Amino acid sequence: MTIFRSHVLICGGTGCTSSGAAEVIGSFKQELARRKLDEEVLVVPTGCHGMCEMGPIVVVYPEGTFYCKVTASDVPEIVEEHIYKGRPVQRLMYEGSGDMPALPHYKDIPFYGKQHRIALANCGYINPENIDEYIARGGYEALGKAITSMTPAQVIDEVKASGLRGRGGGGFPTGLKWSFCAAAQGDKKYVICNADEGDPGAFMDRSILEGDPHSVIEGMMLGGYAMGADEGYVYCRAEYPLAIERLKHAIAVAEGYGLLGNNIMNSSFSFHLHIKEGAGAFVCGEETALMGSIEGRRGMPRPRPPFPANSGLWGHPTNINNVETWANVPQIVGNGGEWYAAMGTEKSKGTKVFALTGKVKHTGLVEVPMGITLREIIFDIGGGILDDKKFKAVQIGGPSGGCLTEEHLDTPVSYESLTALGAIMGSGGLVVMDEDNCMVDVAKFFLEFTQKESCGKCVPCREGTKHMLLLLEKITEGKGTMEDLAMLEELAHMVRDMSLCGLGQTAPNPVLTTLRYFKEEYLAHIVDKRCPAGACTALLEYTILQDLCKKCGICAKNCPVHCIPGDRKSGYLIETDKCIRCGTCFEKCPFGAIEKK
Amino acid sequence: MEQKKVTSLQDLRAIREKSKDLSSARSGGETTVIVGMGTCGIAAGAREILNEVMSELARRNLDNIAVQTTGCIGMCQDEPLLDVIRSGRRVTYGRVKPEDVPTIIAEHVVNGRVVEKLAIGRAD
Repeated sequence: MTIFRSHVLICGGTGCTSSGAAEVIGSFKQELARRKLDEEVLVVPTGCHGMCEMGPIVVVYPEGTFYCKVTASDVPEIVEEHIYKGRPVQRLMYEGSGDMPALPHYKDIPFYGKQHRIALANCGYINPENIDEYIARGGYEALGKAITSMTPAQVIDEVKASGLRGRGGGGFPTGLKWSFCAAAQGDKKYVICNADEGDPGAFMDRSILEGDPHSVIEGMMLGGYAMGADEGYVYCRAEYPLAIERLKHAIAVAEGYGLLGNNIMNSSFSFHLHIKEGAGAFVCGEETALMGSIEGRRGMPRPRPPFPANSGLWGHPTNINNVETWANVPQIVGNGGEWYAAMGTEKSKGTKVFALTGKVKHTGLVEVPMGITLREIIFDIGGGILDDKKFKAVQIGGPSGGCLTEEHLDTPVSYESLTALGAIMGSGGLVVMDEDNCMVDVAKFFLEFTQKESCGKCVPCREGTKHMLLLLEKITEGKGTMEDLAMLEELAHMVRDMSLCGLGQTAPNPVLTTLRYFKEEYLAHIVDKRCPAGACTALLEYTILQDLCKKCGICAKNCPVHCIPGDRKSGYLIETDKCIRCGTCFEKCPFGAIEKK
Repeated sequence: MEQKKVTSLQDLRAIREKSKDLSSARSGGETTVIVGMGTCGIAAGAREILNEVMSELARRNLDNIAVQTTGCIGMCQDEPLLDVIRSGRRVTYGRVKPEDVPTIIAEHVVNGRVVEKLAIGRAD
C-alpha cells in the first residue's frame, strides 16, 4: 500500500475551472513528477469549496493550508517551498481584512467560520470521481443500514423527525411528501431529482452534483427504498456539462460496485438511476412540466391534482425532490432525524445552502444553519459590500423572490420569516445590491427573465408578465405615468393570483416587494424623471463641467456618435439630444470633468 | 470495470477501511511526524530521512500518521531534525540517520516510548 504524506486538493468546480484550475492541476502533476514527489504527494481534484471568487483554490494537507487565486506559474513555488521544504507560501494565503495577518487555514477564514456544512460536507474535501473517498467518509453506510436493518416506514419516520423541508423553494416537509408517495397504490413508482436549477445567480445544486454526486445518488436510493420505487431520474439541464459528466461517472462506478442495480447488498431492494438532460427551460423546474419533459413532451405544467405522488411520471406514483434535499438525506438517515432537527429554528430545521452573489466582497457558496440573520451572511461571511459602498437591498429567492432592505437584515432566515416579508427562501439565491443599483431596473431584470421563460400555456402569465415588462420599460425610460404604476400593481396581483404554476404565481414578487419597500424610487422615475441610483441610462444626462475641463478633446475623439462638438480653444459641449448615454466620455475623461446625473 | 461487488455492509466497511488513508491525511492523523527540510536539513540528508519515514509507515501500514515538512528552525548543527508529536507532546530528535527511523517509529510513534539516546529537546 502506498501512503501519501501530503494531499494537494485542487478545486475542480465550474468556477475554479473557468479561472484556470485545470492548468493548475496539470502543473502540479508535472512539477511533482519532476521532483520525484509524485509517489508521496497525491493530487486530488475536488468539487467546489464555495469561495469561487478567490479561485482557483488549492488546499495542502496534512497542514490544511489554504491558497487562493493560484495560477499555474505559482505551482513550482508551492511545490519547492511548501511541499518540499515545509515553508508555506505566505503571499498566496487568504489575506484577512485590515491588520489581520495572512490566514493559512480554512477554519480561520471568516467566510468559513459561521458555516455549517452538511449538504456540502464533502464538497471540496473529496475527489468526486473516486467513490472510495466517498465511502471512506461514511458514504453508502446509511443506505446499507436502511436496507439491512430498517423498514421503509422507519426511514420515512427519520426524515419526518428531521424536519427537513424541500430545499428547491417550496419548503414542503419532505417526510410528509414521501409518506404520500409511499401510501399511493401502484406496483411501479419513481423518484426524481430536480436539478433544473435555473435562477440567475444560483449554483448550489450544480456544485453539489459536481462536488459530491454520490450523496445525491445515495439520497435518492434511500427515498426509493422508503417509497417503494425501483427507478429514478435526475433531470439536469444540459448547461451543466461538468455536473452531468461527474454524475454519469458516479452512476457507472456505483453500478460497477453493485451499489446500484438489482438486489443491492443481497437484499430484495433494486434501484436503477437515469439522467435526463433538459434543454434549460426555467419552467421545467416546475414538477409537472419536468415530468412532461422526461416523458418526451413539451415542458408545460398541468393543473394539480392529481399530484405526482398519485399520478406522476407516466401516470405512476412519483416523488420529486431537489438536489440539495436529496443530498441531506444520507446524513439524516445515518445520524438520525433528531441530530438534524437539533439545528435551525422551530419550523425550519437544519441548514441551507445559499449562493451569495452581487455586490458583496466574497461571492460564493455558503451553507449556514437556519435562523442565521441576513446580516451575518452578508457581512460576516460575505465580508460586506464591495468597495465598502452602502448596502441597499438583497434579492432573495431568485426571480420568484423579493428584495429586502436594511431593516430586514436582522431577521432570522427561515421559510416563514422570508415569506412574511414578501420574499421566499427559493432555492437560495442571494443577490446583494448596493447604492448604485436601481430597484426599478432590478425588478425589470427579473421580470424580463420570467417573461422570457413563461411557457405561454396560461394567459395571466403569458400576457400579464409581458405587459408588466412593457410598463417597467416605460417607467425606466422616464415615460411612465401614475396610471401606469397603478396598472403595474394591479397586473402584479392578477398574475400572482391567477397563474397556473409557480412560475407565474411568483413572477410578480420582485415587482411587489420593490413597490412595497422602494416606492419612492418608482415615483422618482415617474414624477421627477430621474433615476436616483444613476442606473437607468435613458434618464441620465452627461454634462461637461467647464471649470474642470482642460479642453483636451479626448471625450470628443472617443464619442461613438460624434455628439461632442468643439475645439481645443473654445472647449466642448455635449449635445444632449444626440447623446446615447453610453458613458464613454465619462470613463475616458482624465480630469473627471464630466458629470453624470 | 474490474472490481469486486459490494454484496453486504461488511464489504462496504472493508472498502471504507482500505480507503481510510484517502481522507486521513486530510483529517490530520493522530500522531504527527515532522522532518526539517530547510536547506541545512536537506544538506545533512533530510530527504533520505523523509523517504525512510514514508517507506517505514508503508511497511507497517500506518495510515493515521500525518507527515509534514518544516523549514529551518535554527538548530542547523543538529540536522537532520525529526519531530514527533504524540498525545500533544512534541519531542525533537537530532542528527537522525536513516537507520534510526525504524526505531523511532516502532518505539515512539507506535508505542509511545521516547527514544532517549536520540532526543535533543521536548516541548509540551
